[in-house]
Amino acid sequence: MAKSYYDPADLRKFGKITEWSEEIGTKFFDYYGKVFEEGALSAREKSLIALAVAHVVKCPYCIDAYTKDGLQKGITKEEMMEAVHAGAAIESGATLVHGVQMMNKYDKLSM
Amino acid sequence: MATKSLKARHNELAEKNEQLKILNGGIFEEGELPYFKDKIGLTGHFPLRPKKLEIFQINLGYMCNQVCEHCHVDAGPDRKEIMTRETMQYCLEVIRNTGAHTLDLTGGAPEMNPDFRWFVEEAAKAGIQDFIVRSNLTIIRANKKYHDLPEFFKKHNVHVVSSMPHYTRGKTDKQRGDGVFDKSIKALQELNAVGYGLPDSNLKLDLVYNPSGAFLPGDQVAMERDFKKALKEDFDIQFHNLFAITNLPISRFLDYLIASDNYEDYMYALVEAYNPMAVENVMCTNTISVSWDGWLYDCDFNQMLDLKVDSKIKHIKDYNEDILNDRDIIISQHCYGCTAGAGSSCQGTVA
Repeated sequence: MAKSYYDPADLRKFGKITEWSEEIGTKFFDYYGKVFEEGALSAREKSLIALAVAHVVKCPYCIDAYTKDGLQKGITKEEMMEAVHAGAAIESGATLVHGVQMMNKYDKLSM
Repeated sequence: MATKSLKARHNELAEKNEQLKILNGGIFEEGELPYFKDKIGLTGHFPLRPKKLEIFQINLGYMCNQVCEHCHVDAGPDRKEIMTRETMQYCLEVIRNTGAHTLDLTGGAPEMNPDFRWFVEEAAKAGIQDFIVRSNLTIIRANKKYHDLPEFFKKHNVHVVSSMPHYTRGKTDKQRGDGVFDKSIKALQELNAVGYGLPDSNLKLDLVYNPSGAFLPGDQVAMERDFKKALKEDFDIQFHNLFAITNLPISRFLDYLIASDNYEDYMYALVEAYNPMAVENVMCTNTISVSWDGWLYDCDFNQMLDLKVDSKIKHIKDYNEDILNDRDIIISQHCYGCTAGAGSSCQGTVA
């Protein structure tokens, strides 16, 4: 058993999750593959969305995977960093917008 | 960025055997990853055999005006291996009699061979269908004596295939050296100016894309679309097709993979992306590669590993297409580079 929770080499074993639950594992990977195909959005655009979300959910495997995927798709580092900022802005905005709830409550309780 | 070849730096990877030792050892010897021979055996592709010869690829020498980080030839200004006119005469004799429809001239920078123009003129007379010169573009701007190359290519209806790692300056210069991007753009504009690469023009101009790092190329069609849009909008440049080529783990790219601690991950990525459909059309099945000194190889990569063809015909002066075609192709673990994903060859994807 590894002494740390994250091992970069584990990413390669992701596909193995189907071994303990084949049907839903396979369904997941089919769905996953379909999602990232060219569609109304290009595969390139979806890769940038995935990279932004990877940062927001703080998944080190996903960050490794979608940085590499972006390089493969010819995405520049400037584009990647802007995508990360877009994710970060939504995440911090989501925190800050709760400030309105705080203000509402404050006003309600105050004379 | 290195300015000398591995050979000039006396790097141990300049020795072909050192490279083969790495490719045959480590994760493959320990059984973590399967040998290429065993992998293709699973789909009945071992031994790999040639099909009809279509492409005759000649390496005119390892001298180059650039020292690209990923170069599988270990080419550079310090390399003195250059094809002589005598060896070219042997090649011409074969070109006149071969069943191959494509002649593919490569290097180094093939244009730096002092007999390059003579050879092109003589080879053009042989009337081969598709006559390719692999140009690094910057050579056109490197020296006054090369400035008229676009006109020279046009005169002989040469199909120009040029390297262009990215449509942005940063990525291009990082792989190929400072200033390479601007010179390449200028050279492409000059090729366009004489009619190369324009829609409907029969002066063919294709670009080659190699990833600038330890990752595989993306979808060739999508990359071509991005390159076309960016080069047209930013520089008013047009070209025909983009070939996405995977970097094979040999020579300077192998040195980079090891030094950057990416070798194992890269080999895993190549093996995981193995595509049996690509094996069907891998370029060694329709190509013969000739080195500057006339030896014959299954491909340019085997040439750099000094793995000569497994045939009693090993040199251009003894060339016999029938005997040569009856051979097993020599393989090692670098071959995974040509069978990953959509496959890779000097003409781009194969599956």
